[in-house]
Amino acid sequence: MRSNAGKLVAWGVAVALVAAFAAYMTTQVIRPAAEASPLPTPGALTLPDIVFYVLAALTVAGAAGVALSRNILYSALGLLTALLGAGGLYVFLSADFVAITQLLIYIGGVLVLVLFAVMLTSRITDVKVSNASFGPFGGVLLFVAVAPVLLAVALLTPWAAREPGPLAPTTAAIGNAFLTRWLLPFEVASMVLLATLIGAVVIARKELKAD
Amino acid sequence: MISLTHFLVVGALLFTLGLVTVATRRNAVGILMGVELILNGANVNFVAFNHYVTGGVTGQVFALFVIVLAAAEAAVGLAIVLSIFQTFKTIDVRHADLMRE
Repeated sequence: MRSNAGKLVAWGVAVALVAAFAAYMTTQVIRPAAEASPLPTPGALTLPDIVFYVLAALTVAGAAGVALSRNILYSALGLLTALLGAGGLYVFLSADFVAITQLLIYIGGVLVLVLFAVMLTSRITDVKVSNASFGPFGGVLLFVAVAPVLLAVALLTPWAAREPGPLAPTTAAIGNAFLTRWLLPFEVASMVLLATLIGAVVIARKELKAD
Repeated sequence: MISLTHFLVVGALLFTLGLVTVATRRNAVGILMGVELILNGANVNFVAFNHYVTGGVTGQVFALFVIVLAAAEAAVGLAIVLSIFQTFKTIDVRHADLMRE
């Protein structure tokens, strides 16, 4: 009973704080910015624009699927969509090597690993594969608290953007950078991978009883 | 015309959704998925700034390091999840509280 009341008070304080924050953001930050710079008139929608919007929608929809779906398998599929969309965005940003690495390591490695963990840990025949999230209300609260800050920073800061260069293959430049300027981090990363390999095996193996 | 801001918005949304996933999931594998989303949001920002602001490949190199560390984190994290499952017969993180008392 006592802890219930404490919980209620904590939730009330959190709701009040977030509501005050949202009111502050709309009145103090967003409205002056909107008045200072009215929305630019949208030009004609070219093909690259359409491709970008499709990829961005794919990415955000996948991420929303990870955050919201009740079934952990659907979450994994949402992660697949989000990672594929992010890979497409890298191609859009003329980062071809990063895009291929994303495809090979994230989708080929990490996602398969996650699916293996899903299959190994939750009994698939069991109906309760669903991962009940605690408090969708808390999730909404967190979203309302964090998203406006990041979006306001992204939209209102006058970035020192310049005209991007033409598309060019980046693999040779990245290889050069790895073996000259970033040689020490590169070697440290390989040590980290080795330690990870051994550590994962040690943690995940069955313990042998010495008797 | 697609500008830097478009990519920053996508990165911010990825980060926020990942944060919400980490905070609301009880399934340990779901929490790891949220961490992957957060790292991807950061990566989108790195590559976008590299393309639109600095030029060169420094941002892409950083993004590659992030990918490497994410792979390492996923491997160790999932090994820990398997170990938790063998011990507690569940991957609900609320039940892994042996050290609490």
